[in-house]
Amino acid sequence: MIDLTKISLCDLVKGIKKKDFTSEEVTKSFIDNEKKSKKLNSFITTNFDEAIIKSQTFDKKKNYSGLLAGVPLAVKDLFCTKNIKTTAGSKILNNFFPTYESTVTANLWSEGAFLLGKLNCDEFAMGSSNETSFFGNVINPYGDKLVPGGSSGGSAAALASNLTPATIGTDTGGSIRQPASFTGTVGLKPTYGRCSRWGIVAFASSLDQAGPMTQNVEDCALLLQAISSYDPKDSTSVNVKVDNYSENLTDNIKGLKIGIPKEYRVENMPDEIDILWKKGVEYLKDAGAIIKDITLPHTMYALPAYYIVAPAEASSNLARYDGVKYGHRAKGKNLIEMYENTRSEGFGDEVKRRILIGTYVLSSGYYDAYYIKAQKVRQLIKKDFDESFNEIDAVLTPSTPSSAFKVGDKKDDPISMYLNDVFTVPVNLAGLPAISVPAGLDKKNLPLGLQLIGKPFQEQTILNLSLAIQKRAGFKKSIKEWWK
Amino acid sequence: MSIDKDIVKHISKLARISLDDKKTDGLVKDLSSIILFIEKLNKLNTDNVVPLTSIINASLKSRADEVKNEKIRDQILKNSPEKNEEFFVVPKVIE
Amino acid sequence: MVEIMDQKKFNYYIQGEKNKWEVIIGLEVHAQVLSKSKLFSSSSTKFGADPNTQVSLVDSAFPGMLPVINQYCVEQSIKTGLGLKAKINLHSVFDRKNYFYADLPQGYQISQYKNPIVGEGKIILDMPYGSKTVGIERLHLEQDAGKSIHDLDPENTYVDLNRSGVALMEIVSKPDLRSPDEVSAYVKKLRSIMRYLNTCDGNMQEGSLRADVNVSVRKVGSKEFGTRCEIKNVNSIKFMQMAIQYEAKRQIDLLEDNKTIDQETRLFDTKKNETRSMRSKEDAHDYRYFPDPDLLPLKIEKKLVDTIKKNLPELPDEKKERFIKEHNLSLYEATILVSEKEISHYYEEVVKNCDKKLAANWITGDLFAVLNKKNLSISKSPISATNLSSMIKMISTGKISGKIAKEVFEKMQSNNVDPHEIVEKEGLLQQSDPKALEKIVQEVISKNLDKVSEYKSGKIKLFGFFVGQVMKVSGGKANPQLVNNILKEKLK
Ligand SMILES: [Mg+2]
Ligand SMILES: [Zn+2]
Repeated sequence: MIDLTKISLCDLVKGIKKKDFTSEEVTKSFIDNEKKSKKLNSFITTNFDEAIIKSQTFDKKKNYSGLLAGVPLAVKDLFCTKNIKTTAGSKILNNFFPTYESTVTANLWSEGAFLLGKLNCDEFAMGSSNETSFFGNVINPYGDKLVPGGSSGGSAAALASNLTPATIGTDTGGSIRQPASFTGTVGLKPTYGRCSRWGIVAFASSLDQAGPMTQNVEDCALLLQAISSYDPKDSTSVNVKVDNYSENLTDNIKGLKIGIPKEYRVENMPDEIDILWKKGVEYLKDAGAIIKDITLPHTMYALPAYYIVAPAEASSNLARYDGVKYGHRAKGKNLIEMYENTRSEGFGDEVKRRILIGTYVLSSGYYDAYYIKAQKVRQLIKKDFDESFNEIDAVLTPSTPSSAFKVGDKKDDPISMYLNDVFTVPVNLAGLPAISVPAGLDKKNLPLGLQLIGKPFQEQTILNLSLAIQKRAGFKKSIKEWWK
Repeated sequence: MSIDKDIVKHISKLARISLDDKKTDGLVKDLSSIILFIEKLNKLNTDNVVPLTSIINASLKSRADEVKNEKIRDQILKNSPEKNEEFFVVPKVIE
Repeated sequence: MVEIMDQKKFNYYIQGEKNKWEVIIGLEVHAQVLSKSKLFSSSSTKFGADPNTQVSLVDSAFPGMLPVINQYCVEQSIKTGLGLKAKINLHSVFDRKNYFYADLPQGYQISQYKNPIVGEGKIILDMPYGSKTVGIERLHLEQDAGKSIHDLDPENTYVDLNRSGVALMEIVSKPDLRSPDEVSAYVKKLRSIMRYLNTCDGNMQEGSLRADVNVSVRKVGSKEFGTRCEIKNVNSIKFMQMAIQYEAKRQIDLLEDNKTIDQETRLFDTKKNETRSMRSKEDAHDYRYFPDPDLLPLKIEKKLVDTIKKNLPELPDEKKERFIKEHNLSLYEATILVSEKEISHYYEEVVKNCDKKLAANWITGDLFAVLNKKNLSISKSPISATNLSSMIKMISTGKISGKIAKEVFEKMQSNNVDPHEIVEKEGLLQQSDPKALEKIVQEVISKNLDKVSEYKSGKIKLFGFFVGQVMKVSGGKANPQLVNNILKEKLK
């Protein structure tokens, strides 16, 4: 019998609709697999009993409509799920049971999918290695000692090890694309405003965006279509028609103009990244694209600007975790002591670092020098892209400056950790859509991804370009299931 | 600007996070290196640049003035670590 | 210390031990926007509900909840801005004001800091010494906080979030006020304007209108401002005045002792009648304002402002002008009649059908006396506008005399019926039939022939005696004008 967990999302939906197998069979296969994969630590909460009931109910239905008919899906534990514990990877939310469902997950369920479980992530999505989670670090299925990337590390690991057919993550500075790149999977961050942020635990409101993480580009198109929507409950949601990404998906990219920004050739970047990038150029040329050298002169300022804007917003967004309405509460003689102890016990070190940096850059006397300065830089970064997009259709860059690193390697050096996001962060600052598609392996046989950045709401273009790369790169997942 | 112990104490007070001495020292080191990193921006002249207020170039959308009185006190209080039937309960506030 | 005040000419100074001091006051009024639902959520704003029953997931800041602005609240603040003759900013920004408090569930208040929705405007006060213009610095929209209840439990504080997220307009005056009386006039005028506009009910008991009062003092003649203190959240005009008096004297004492004043926020203790420093809140006093990334800048179409402007009701100042010009009222009468929306409404109902000047007289005189005595507002007047109007019309058309009118008015108080009914039932109709009156005159003359000859021999003062006798015989109902005419004729 075929292993249902190894089938792509698109094929699962087709198979279920054709009754080649039942939703229940699919669901049980993923559950069995997860039970054998506890070492990866990719789930925080499982929803297995309810998932089986949902699958059985589904199988009894007369007609199977919906883009995701009968498919169990595990999602990052940053999405609020009704009556299912939602932690954001933090002690301060351990024991929080939302009474509501995020718009993005509600969209999944209305397309026929149901919840399999909640996936581990960096605490409040702050991290690039999934080592900041209160529930422990996640292991990359590519190697016992390797990080899966972050912050959607649990999502990437679960996907790569076939514990969920596809998943959704959130991306504030690279949190979908970097773990996708580290695990040989596809991850897309949509245009800011494409997917609703309602019901997602906020990290940095002006940067956060939910997006699909999948085994291949076809699945990515399908899942993006399912989660995208205009949401009047989110004032930053944009009312643009959702394309039929799946149906329009094609690798015919003839004549598209692709920009190669010279600023992404950073110091100390391993040769193999550069080689991969050049290969990407060749793949796209081969598919008929026109390659242009471009300049995005303010790229080097993106990361420092990000580490002002994101912590500033986070320091304010996380003020609501005060022990009053939900979550962890510590003892205190009076209200102020209660706050201070609750937040000291409830938040981990990286979250505290970022709250304090954010508090500092907003505080009186420093606001103009840091926060306003960063917002000016953000304007310049956006302008760089705007001007380039007059001449090109998309930008091709590496996704990350390295492949997956070892657990513990960068844990105590925040800056070297932050540098992981050097290629992904500019995209969030400019609000653009971008995708990471696996394109090859490095010398250690670890996957590497290429990033395609598109114009606002041109997700279709970068999906098509990715498909062209996927077909030519012939990337094959090479995971030995060492943890079983 | 370099970060010292007093600054860390001040901002942790503002952020309502209590820190012991060891944590404070560690943070002085970490935050200093982060501040040094973000101060790379000072190399860039931005005198004539308008700071960005929103990446979306649109006006704020609004809703109509309609009451959807959810009457969901049970739901609102459900997750609270300390409450009674009607209120959230917190340690005494000293004015 | 002595307060020096002269009602005719403005001067409110405080005489200290050494110097004469002037008091400088600026107000930050928080006015609750009249709307059905909250500023960023759809919860009800109704007053008096059970604790935490008008609270949504947004108001209680659950993870992932986002604000969506109430269009009506935006329009209400534009309307108020126009009523204050202020500049409407077509581009404004919502910011977060960050601080921790039990009744502030988000850990920040959404407010407007650098770019408020309304800019500079003005309010004209009618003071006994003339009119005075007070500058408005700005008006911005913001969220109210919830309520912390400290007295239900000895160890704990209870939190009710019903008010959390209710829309407030913060209206900031320039430091143009100079006395407790001006502060009272300012708050009343501002409240009156908002009530004309229907943008705030001005109900201070329910907390719909509160003010932070900024007070400083300077020596008379000095041009510089002194260091100010902000007295937070005072919720009655009387308390504002008491707080200002206390605070000004406190500051003067310090300065005359060669001490300095700390710029700080203070609290007015209504029981002890004193202001107190709020140090406990001070130690974490850095609000770290920044634009709320959950909201976009608020862009208002010029067209919307124009439409609101076109539909603006007539406001007290304009109404007063019109009453003086078109109704021939005195400044005094007009000022009183426009002071409250309900009064002007009552007056305008009355004058639909009767003499305007006479109506103004009756309302500001007799009616107000009654309302004062019974401690009623005009909307609870025992005499309806329609009935008062009919009564006044009966006076002008000669159906009743002014004197009888007082009697009718008295009866209407306890029995709000059509005055015609009273007049009819009690037989109070004025006698205007010349034949009947001639008969009475003849009767009076025949009974007083001695007085007639005295009158005819030059004692013309006796004319009044004859009028009085005729009125008496007629039971006060004779039309005095007619009586005069007939008497003059008969006594020739
Ligand atoms: Mg104030
Ligand atoms: Zn205010």
